[in-house]
Amino acid sequence: MSVISTSASLAPSRPLESGPVLVFRNVSISFDGPPVLEDISFSVGPHETRILLGPAGVGKSVLLKLSNGLDCPDAGSIELFGENIANLPETKLFPLRTRTGMVFQEGALFDSLTVRDNVAYQLIQERVPDTEIDQRVREALRFVGLEETFDLFPDALSGGMRRRVAIARALIRRPELLLYDSPTGGLDPVTSTNIIELIVKQRDVYRTPSVLVTHRLQDAFTMCSHRFDTAHDGMVPLAEHETDPNTTFLMLNEGRLIFDGSLHDLVHSQDSFVREFLE
Amino acid sequence: MAFETIDRTAKQTLLTVQEYSLFAHRAVINLFSPPIYWVDFLLQAEIIGVGSIAIVLLAGFFTGAVLAVQSAATLAAFGATAVTGRFVSLSMIRELGPVLTGIMVSGRNASSMASELGSMVVTEQIDAMRALGVDPMRKLVTPRLVATVTMLFFLTIISDFFGILGGAGVTIFMNGQNGTQYFSQAYESLHARDVMQGLIKPLFSGFIIATIGCFYGLRTSGGTQGVGRSTIQAVVSASVLIIFVDLLVSQVMIALLNR
Repeated sequence: MSVISTSASLAPSRPLESGPVLVFRNVSISFDGPPVLEDISFSVGPHETRILLGPAGVGKSVLLKLSNGLDCPDAGSIELFGENIANLPETKLFPLRTRTGMVFQEGALFDSLTVRDNVAYQLIQERVPDTEIDQRVREALRFVGLEETFDLFPDALSGGMRRRVAIARALIRRPELLLYDSPTGGLDPVTSTNIIELIVKQRDVYRTPSVLVTHRLQDAFTMCSHRFDTAHDGMVPLAEHETDPNTTFLMLNEGRLIFDGSLHDLVHSQDSFVREFLE
Repeated sequence: MAFETIDRTAKQTLLTVQEYSLFAHRAVINLFSPPIYWVDFLLQAEIIGVGSIAIVLLAGFFTGAVLAVQSAATLAAFGATAVTGRFVSLSMIRELGPVLTGIMVSGRNASSMASELGSMVVTEQIDAMRALGVDPMRKLVTPRLVATVTMLFFLTIISDFFGILGGAGVTIFMNGQNGTQYFSQAYESLHARDVMQGLIKPLFSGFIIATIGCFYGLRTSGGTQGVGRSTIQAVVSASVLIIFVDLLVSQVMIALLNR
């Protein structure tokens, strides 16, 4: 039985255009040493989910932070919603970032604020009326199955609940691009499946394009081999040998993008690192 | 080898000074364009101002008292115990009130700012704030800066007042001198220029406490150990800078006001 429900108000706020929402062109970055990422190029189309795989410490989170301008590349260009953000000043990045939603590795909830204020953070800054805030927060929390945590502080939540609240916070302003940084890292299998179910639901029901960073293959394969069934309000497996056509893979190794393609291409790749990673 | 170390340290120091200057500049210019987070300013004013009253009051009282104890013995040698009030009030208002209040508030608030913001950095809360489209400089730094400058001004007045009271307590109850004489000496020797000098200093100290505390907090790296390091750096740098800037301001004020 699924613990999550659907809500039309969490769909992307603007109709997505036909062009890609995010494009990396020859992006490189280093931090006082050898390059962390080198010559990275890929794009995320509308309604597309890109799963970024790779071992720990390979630069996956850095790539995600480059996507919405939290880090600035040394070379190359990054187009977010058609605008090159590579050298954009911080003040001009804020409006673009409000159109994206980001889920951090440990949730990154503000520990001095209640769940309600965490989820409503953007709405509070925009001075949305309290009654509307309460209604939208409850909807977002219902979506992640945590409506009862409305008045709690983050330290009263488990690791999995924190991630789900972080997802609610990322969704509340109806983003046009979602960035998930290892949303299941360090969680038990049941909680991980709940989180993946939420992500699949967001993908299938609201069709929000997204980039998901993970080093857990089982999560990636679950996303490819399942769909969200609104009639049953839960995730169900696709037919045998069928995969979600909008969910594709990227793989990083030693700062370079070594794979960009579908699940079929991934499992049939002859690249020695890809084979080793899959095994 | 030694030359390389000196070279690297000098460059690092220069870079830190440059980063701090840009940081302080941004914190100030944010005041001249929206959004300005007035609610956060009030919250910080309560934490910094109201929360520091007790330590500032006690530190001021006992400093005034000890000044009276120490000066009475020296002044007695010249038969000048009558001017204890003058000595205590001038010392407190021109120098000790502003400096001690600055150092007390620095120990309490520069450390709390550095550790609070540092913890937010290492738990990615600052990145989360930026990802949510909110500028941490505007939301966290500028309100703390305005609150510290404003509240330190008033805390210094409280410290001066209780310092003079502490001096009075010792003079009257321990040294057995005349209270009226103490207070009339304390009042008559003061000029507007002395008060001005004493009340300009906390504006600089407040600026130093908030910008240094937030600067070290926001550049924290290296997990919880890094938070501890940032806190120490913030308190040490702020305390030393407060005393150094106090010297500069004293020199300038004496030259300008001829007192």
